[in-house]
Amino acid sequence: MDWQFVFSQALTQAIGPTMLVYALGAIGLNLQFGYTGLLNFGQAAFAAMGAYGLALSVVAMGLPFWWGIVIGLLAACVMALLLGIPTLRLRADYLAIVTIAAAEIVRRIARATVWSDTTGGSDGMRGFSEPFFEMIPWDRDTTWSFLFVSMDNGRLAVDFGIFELQYSYRDTWVMIVGWTLVAVILVVMAFLIHSPWGRVLKGIREDEEAVRSLGKNVFAYKMQALVLGGIIGAIAGFVFALSRANVQPDAFTTDFTFYFYVVLILGGAARIFGPVLGAALFWFLYNILAQGLIQAISADVIPPSVIDSTQVGPLVFFLLGLGMVLLLIFRPQGLIGNRKELMFDVR
Amino acid sequence: MSDDVKAGVAAAKAALAGVPAEPGAPKQDAILTATGVRRAFGGLVAVDVAHIEVQRGAITALIGPNGAGKTTFFNLLTGFDRPSRGSWEFDGRRADRMRSYQVARSGMVRTFQLTKALSRMTVLENMLIGADRQRGERLWAAPFRWLWLKEEAQNAARALDLLERFKLADKRDHYAGELSGGQRKLLEMARALMLKPKMIMLDEPMAGVNPALKQSLLEHIKDLREEGMTVLFVEHDMDMVHEIADWVAVMAAGQLITEGTPDQISADQRVIDAYLGAHHDAAQH
Ligand SMILES: Nc1ncnc2c1ncn2[C@@H]1O[C@H](COP(=O)(O)OP(=O)(O)O)[C@@H](O)[C@H]1O
Ligand SMILES: [Mg+2]
Repeated sequence: MDWQFVFSQALTQAIGPTMLVYALGAIGLNLQFGYTGLLNFGQAAFAAMGAYGLALSVVAMGLPFWWGIVIGLLAACVMALLLGIPTLRLRADYLAIVTIAAAEIVRRIARATVWSDTTGGSDGMRGFSEPFFEMIPWDRDTTWSFLFVSMDNGRLAVDFGIFELQYSYRDTWVMIVGWTLVAVILVVMAFLIHSPWGRVLKGIREDEEAVRSLGKNVFAYKMQALVLGGIIGAIAGFVFALSRANVQPDAFTTDFTFYFYVVLILGGAARIFGPVLGAALFWFLYNILAQGLIQAISADVIPPSVIDSTQVGPLVFFLLGLGMVLLLIFRPQGLIGNRKELMFDVR
Repeated sequence: MSDDVKAGVAAAKAALAGVPAEPGAPKQDAILTATGVRRAFGGLVAVDVAHIEVQRGAITALIGPNGAGKTTFFNLLTGFDRPSRGSWEFDGRRADRMRSYQVARSGMVRTFQLTKALSRMTVLENMLIGADRQRGERLWAAPFRWLWLKEEAQNAARALDLLERFKLADKRDHYAGELSGGQRKLLEMARALMLKPKMIMLDEPMAGVNPALKQSLLEHIKDLREEGMTVLFVEHDMDMVHEIADWVAVMAAGQLITEGTPDQISADQRVIDAYLGAHHDAAQH
């Protein structure tokens, strides 16, 4: 079996479009959960707001691409306000319950047959991503090479000798845009977190009554964190929808939110780079396990009597779940979290 | 310095000199006036204070047996709980409709019986978050450091001064979660002072503080009076109350049963009964 291929594939994925979706979703969650302590269990719905906001604007309403982006962002803001206003004055668990329910409602509405003429029902929508890919500044037949980076008919390849990363014409564009977004968002977030504003968020995470007693409008700060994190979630939704050139309601299940949490905790919550590292590691592990097992089965390294290729998916998720449990036991702070911070009893 | 000390005490004593020792007694210059404040938890009336006035610039102790309703009364006055009815004015402004953060901003700042240190933040960060109306705390200004860097430096200087005073300066970069219980009490009080309050309300500031720290805490509280601040604090230890309070208000079973100077209160049979009654009840359980 071809380990080099498996490794190259996994590495390609570890910094690829899907990883960027996880990273962005988790960055939004980091602001809400990592820094402010808000339990948003509906990040998938914020991503859906972005994805469907864009798709519906462009396909159903015939609006230009950029209007779709604006509408997607506004939709995420509106949802944050709708969920936040009734819950953010209450105990933390109310937001958790309401966001989980809202995410499911959003998904059900998206797949409802009543509106399937507009939304495509459970099949979802396509045909909104062309304007995005028309922006690609190089042609499909572009070919060049520079040191270990090369482009062959519009496709990008990075050759490290023992392994090689390869991206399609479109994926390359998604990655350029996606990584630029991640970089810009992380820079802004670093500035925000290391400001007195960020200090108030951390204070709220530690003890919101104490912060209130110091004259801060805790509700307003929580709302700001919820809205900003939701907007970043919608951006994750854009990247998700554009990278696949379609939206489907069943992609936005609670599992999706759960993976954002896995990524965040794996990388280290309340750390600027935590979500990016977490997403890279999570998606690398997922791919190396999945690809490795499939390769091993097809090369008869693992006999089909033990496991067949249809069982690989569930097994990988079982292994990742197990890994997550072990992580929480042996390294609860994640890759780059601060162990010392975890030693205090926060409540 | 000692002349100043005398000035603050003298002013407070003079202001309270002619005040009759009875519940709800009017004060010369009340910073806080509350009327008909009632809070019931189901059938239990936790607070039912007909009238109380707190003298500006004085140290007033609020005493009473456990469960008398002192903490609940604090919570009501500072907007952390809503009364069934009642109204109060702080520094000439209606305060009973304010939210807790607005109360704090209007100059009435409280601490908690169970200390609320922000554990995973440093001691200095705990202090800095206390500074009021910071420009850098606004979302739009936060990313632009040059807009708030100077203000931050001024706040940090003030925070370090206060930490120095409270003997916490060498702990500035420690997590608040690493401090001892007594140090957390000190930090919470110092943090409250970052808001430059007109009145500070301390809920059992001495509880769990070792005797050495206790003495310095007493001195700090006396200093606050010299700076013109009004102090309202809850305490059980009558010796402490004697040492620093200019005036004592006594609560029992939710009501204000009497007021007076520490000497008057120690001699008051109702107070003795209230405490003995509480002990008697406790003994029966
Ligand atoms: N949130 C609450 N729910 C129900 N009862 C409460 C609550 N808070 C306080 N109480 C009751 O109100 C009474 C006064 O309590 P508290 O104000 O804490 O007294 P103190 O501070 O004087 O010891 C007690 O009987 C207490 O059990
Ligand atoms: Mg109490």
